[in-house]
Amino acid sequence: MKWSELFTSSVGKKFVMGLTGVFLILFLIVHVGLNACIWAMDGGQMFNLAANFMGSTVVMRILEIGLFATIILHIVQAYVLELQNRRKRSIGYQVPMGNKGSKWYSRYMGWLGTLILFFLIVHIRNFWVPSRWLEMPEVTYPPGVTVHDLFGLMKDTFTNIWLVLLYLLGCVSLAFHLMHGFQSAFRSLGVYNNRYIHLINGIGIGFSIIVPLAFAMMPISMYLNWVQ
Amino acid sequence: MEHYTMNLTLKVWRQKNKKDKGSFETYTVSDISSEMSFLEMFDVLNERMVHEGKEPIAFDHDCREGICGMCSMYINGRPHGPWEGTTTCQLHMRAFKDGDTIVVEPWRANAFPVIKDLVVDRSAFDRIIQAGGYISVNTGNAVDANATPIEKNKADTSFAAAACIGCGACVAACKNSSALLFLSAKVSHLALLPQGGPERKTRVVDMIAQMDKEGFGSCTSTGACEAVCPKEIPITNIARLNAEYGHAGLTSDK
Ligand code: HEM
Ligand code: SF4
Ligand code: FES
Repeated sequence: MKWSELFTSSVGKKFVMGLTGVFLILFLIVHVGLNACIWAMDGGQMFNLAANFMGSTVVMRILEIGLFATIILHIVQAYVLELQNRRKRSIGYQVPMGNKGSKWYSRYMGWLGTLILFFLIVHIRNFWVPSRWLEMPEVTYPPGVTVHDLFGLMKDTFTNIWLVLLYLLGCVSLAFHLMHGFQSAFRSLGVYNNRYIHLINGIGIGFSIIVPLAFAMMPISMYLNWVQ
Repeated sequence: MEHYTMNLTLKVWRQKNKKDKGSFETYTVSDISSEMSFLEMFDVLNERMVHEGKEPIAFDHDCREGICGMCSMYINGRPHGPWEGTTTCQLHMRAFKDGDTIVVEPWRANAFPVIKDLVVDRSAFDRIIQAGGYISVNTGNAVDANATPIEKNKADTSFAAAACIGCGACVAACKNSSALLFLSAKVSHLALLPQGGPERKTRVVDMIAQMDKEGFGSCTSTGACEAVCPKEIPITNIARLNAEYGHAGLTSDK
């Protein structure tokens, strides 16, 4: 068997989805943990320092490139699979199966992913682009560290109700995407032991509710001025 | 259960041959007994059509007891009809009531082209089995059945996977027309037993390669296959197949 086949056959493509999916899940843990610093109620100091640290070392820069590569690979492979799979049934059924036997969000991974993609484009433009490439207001904390005021940028951004709603839509899409994707990724990677599958199903449901909910609370608490 | 009779409206897919475009035809059948099987209801209709000089509806069937896997009918939006863990031939008319309309379609998947009416060509499954779904055994005296110890749980899981009758309902139900539940049943059945050991790596690789050639889709693990499988093959077999494939891909010599 050629190495390429391991990633290009129908099962191999799912290895790519599963591997990139798990990597994105790990990224979400870091991202949600770091962003939770906005609730430190210290005028954004802890959050700004943490966010600054995440862009300050070469290791982080390499991880960042890896993250972008992973997202792009995940998205490209997802659309390739989606389009190839759709071409496998040229004539559909008169009476569709609908929800008999499968959850709607497991069949709509492509659409949920597309919603996440729209959100991601706006999200990257809102925060990553200014912080990385544009001029940004700065703040100085004792003993004299000057960092980008991302906390201020967040507060500014989330005065716009439409952006808040878009972010909430992104969070809901992510929740359903993960509700199926979390356990599916491990199946794709070949976890078949029933004890682990039960464990992963449970963790997956918890993760898909808690993490997107935590993300959703960020624009909400900014918009409602719960954090100072 | 109380016996009753019913009058039904059937909407059945009719297609003269592979090339024909095909369309739905509507038929009414009356005085159908609740004790009849679904296929017997079709027999009644076909007999009447033969008497009327019309072309009867072609459908596949052989054993009529849930073991051959021929009776491929997609009934009211579900392969093998509304009951769980049964084939079309095991479906009985007591699943329906007087006045019902029943829509009957063939399996839909490009890898299973319709040959005529409700009959599809499932020879793609045969070619997948030929690619690796076998074990090589030397001829000679039969080995004592107890000579090879097998862990009970593995034997049970293997036997459960071996129950797959190759009916193709998993493909018919899958949004991607994936054949992976079928493949995973065949691969698991042999991979779990010592007898399947020698060809373990080449089997899974060759069968997947053949499956991809036949034009089946990949798995999104929606679970629709497991829900309609008349033999209730668990979807965990697909994860096992993925593991077998990954293992073969990482460790095979060539
Ligand atoms: C942070 C963002 C994302 C995370 C954490 C994530 C996570 C996952 C995970 C864990 C899976 C399961 C993989 C598997 O079944 O093997 C998955 C599948 C999928 N993802 Fe994403 N994803 C993200 C973004 C996206 C985006 C932006 C798109 C599309 C544009 C997308 C499209 C898909 C599709 C279509 C599948 C199903 C593939 C299949 O099973 O055939 N995802 N995702
Ligand atoms: S896995 Fe189930 S549905 Fe698929 S071919 Fe085998 S018996 Fe039929
Ligand atoms: S006719 Fe043999 S399984 Fe239905």
